[in-house]
Amino acid sequence: MKQPLIELEDVSFQYEYQEVLHNISLVVREGDFLALLGPNGSGKSTLLKIILGLLKPTKGSVKLFGEKSTSFKHREWIGYVSQKSNSFNAGFPATVKEVVASGLTKKIGLFKRHLPNKEERVFEALHAVGMEQFANRNIGELSGGQQQRVFIARALIAEPKLLILDEPTVGIDYENVQSFYDMLYHLNEELRITMILVTHDVDTLTDTISHVACLNKTIHFHGYKDNYDSISADQRNEWYGHSVRQLPHMKKENK
Amino acid sequence: MISSILHYDFLQNAFLSGMIIGVIAPLLGVFIVVRRLSVIADALSHVTLAGIAGSLYLSQTFSALALLNPIYLGILSAVGGSMVIERLRRLYKHFEELAIPIIMSAGLGVSAIFISLAQGFSTDLFSYLFGSVSAVSRQDLWVVLSIAILVVVFVYFFYKELFVLSFDEEYAKASGLPAKWIHFLFMIVTALVIAASMRIVGILLVSSLITLPVAASLRIAKGFKQTIFFAILFGELAVMIGLISAFYLNLAPGGTIVVTSIFILLFVIVGKKAAIAIRAKKS
Repeated sequence: MKQPLIELEDVSFQYEYQEVLHNISLVVREGDFLALLGPNGSGKSTLLKIILGLLKPTKGSVKLFGEKSTSFKHREWIGYVSQKSNSFNAGFPATVKEVVASGLTKKIGLFKRHLPNKEERVFEALHAVGMEQFANRNIGELSGGQQQRVFIARALIAEPKLLILDEPTVGIDYENVQSFYDMLYHLNEELRITMILVTHDVDTLTDTISHVACLNKTIHFHGYKDNYDSISADQRNEWYGHSVRQLPHMKKENK
Repeated sequence: MISSILHYDFLQNAFLSGMIIGVIAPLLGVFIVVRRLSVIADALSHVTLAGIAGSLYLSQTFSALALLNPIYLGILSAVGGSMVIERLRRLYKHFEELAIPIIMSAGLGVSAIFISLAQGFSTDLFSYLFGSVSAVSRQDLWVVLSIAILVVVFVYFFYKELFVLSFDEEYAKASGLPAKWIHFLFMIVTALVIAASMRIVGILLVSSLITLPVAASLRIAKGFKQTIFFAILFGELAVMIGLISAFYLNLAPGGTIVVTSIFILLFVIVGKKAAIAIRAKKS
């Protein structure tokens, strides 16, 4: 069995009066490409924040790479591309190169300034997301999709073993979404990076994904993508809280 | 001019202090502006004023404290003020900017009380409000220099952390950086820079030296390091031209420095527009 990178056991979380997550148990193993699916307000972002250590669960335990989350020291193993990246200060005066290099901050460590082959690493990371020709442009001059690729490069440069993407395709043109997924597939297949893709959009369930987890306050389903595909639409709608659009490529698969 | 600087100690003090401030105010200013904290600089300068006024009052009232340099109490109140702002910002999570008017009015209110208690320090006070070419002492210069060393060391060692924190705070926290601590140090260093700058540009105009050169630099710089470079260049230019004209025209340097900064800003804005228009015409 492959090594579990994330183990959540009976995790619940409560904001002042409202329980947002209820008894979540979820294991993500090395090499998985998991789509964490749920409608808006289903607790996806809260769950991510718990995994990233930004929030403490009210109940339950979180283990990262086999270690308790609270004593986990290797945050740089987890790359994170937040949804907010779409709404960062677009006027920020930084080049793509500078933004990507900033992904090394934790790895370099406090009071130290450089890694010997920093420049090379920046270009490698940019190459992996197909953005090397934009290295010297200011980040604000790029389109939403290009910026998102840069943020993935920023995560990749620290050589993460796990990459978490929160709604990465928000703000990307429909035509570019496919090439975006091809890139993620490549990272998962070739670089063996475990992926968690968080989304409310069932459009994103392409063949690149190996596992699906349906979240709506609690986990309704977690398993292989193929098993998810064979679940009836009615059942999915019930979990989702409202009717889920059926998309052409999914219909084809269901036939 | 150069021969006067060599001849008079007070001019040396003013110009050396000015040159140092011309570097550190815009250097830290870049981080302050991109983190959208420029109004905080303004609030802190008013708190500094309270410390200065308090110190002037104390040295007037108690003869034992007659020689106390007001800069120390100024620094102390600025640092204290920065910590209170942070507390208030956490207390009013959804109204973070509320901390600024609270601190600003508190600073001005306390200053007003001290100023009215002691009615005799109007000349001194004027130099603290709008800066002075002649009032900078050797001791002031040493304080400014010490603060400058601290600031440069801080930015040098925490450059990459400050960059991440400014660019994307959530990411900084998620990647396990001690964001809270770095921010805390950053606020203290900001308070120090404000206290250091007030001798030359004056309390009321300190924030202009922190923000105006950065505003000009943002129009033309490519990348973050270049933004810092141009901000320092413009800051230094404004301080030098401002101090020289203040000396010859017998004006408050705070005023001449700010007006020079605004001319630089206008020049950069118009210059960039013209450059774009010319390029568009060519193609």
